Amino acid sequence: MKFAVIQFPGSNCDQDCVAAVNGIPGLNAEYVWHKKTSLDGFDAIVLPGGFSYGDYLRCGAIARFSPIMASVVEEARKGTLVIGTCNGFQVLCEIGLLPGALVRNRGLHFVCDLITTRVEVGDSAFTHGCAQGSLLRLPIAHGEGCYFADDATLRELNENRQIILRYATPDAQITPSANPNGSIENIAGICNRQGNVFGLMPHPDRACEARLGSADGRKIFESMMRTIAEQRQQAA
Amino acid sequence: MKVKVVVTPKAAVLDPQGAAVRDAMQHLGMPEVQSVRIGKYLEIEVDDKAPNFDSRLSDLCRDLLSNPVIEDYEVVK
Repeated sequence: MKFAVIQFPGSNCDQDCVAAVNGIPGLNAEYVWHKKTSLDGFDAIVLPGGFSYGDYLRCGAIARFSPIMASVVEEARKGTLVIGTCNGFQVLCEIGLLPGALVRNRGLHFVCDLITTRVEVGDSAFTHGCAQGSLLRLPIAHGEGCYFADDATLRELNENRQIILRYATPDAQITPSANPNGSIENIAGICNRQGNVFGLMPHPDRACEARLGSADGRKIFESMMRTIAEQRQQAA
Repeated sequence: MKVKVVVTPKAAVLDPQGAAVRDAMQHLGMPEVQSVRIGKYLEIEVDDKAPNFDSRLSDLCRDLLSNPVIEDYEVVK
């Protein structure tokens, strides 16, 4: 299965994403420069972390106009799996593939840490390798990761089970002290209504080997692999 | 001419920078400061005689210069 890892000027987790995907038997990652206009032949799309366009204006605000993004939107509409981590999540919100926005961390600091998230939906396209309520230890590194959505959007996200990950304590409690950036309802990751576009501030790409402190990120890429296999079976 | 665009965070959005500046102002001898909101100010040098100038500018204010989920904007000529 072929994953596209989009490279924007200023992306800095593109190599982490390629290494993470290639580290999973059966998956193969390829860089796609943001000026390309086609994503034909890819089974999934990864928008990596970093500081696309220097985070000028707003994080992700300029990257969303990159030529490749028209194809990302088209593929997302077709049902192709799209995952955006960190800056990739910000780009997905800016372009409107995901609701809400990411703003400056409540504490104003750039946070760089290994944190705990709780899986809120155990059967999503990106987490069905995880039990609902299970914990994923994942790194975060961001200054603008405070998720915001208005009340109506938040209600929809909850009703449609689009909140995939929340920041939690090591004993799985959702508390303000477990929230590293002030995100509303401790939201760490959400998907779109259709369930094929996933954005999260933590970096599963940096947590795919035990020697990096956690291998929990693999579960997300492995879940994607399973989803794609199921999609292919259904299509056959 | 010069067009100015002022972008401000919506009332419902947390503005930790504004809160930090408010606290600093209160500490520095202005206890009467009640709140500070920090936005962005853009000065745009442009020929406003171009066709459909106003509507094209407001489209880009909405799509690029601000994010309507979290910000409001105002065009000042």
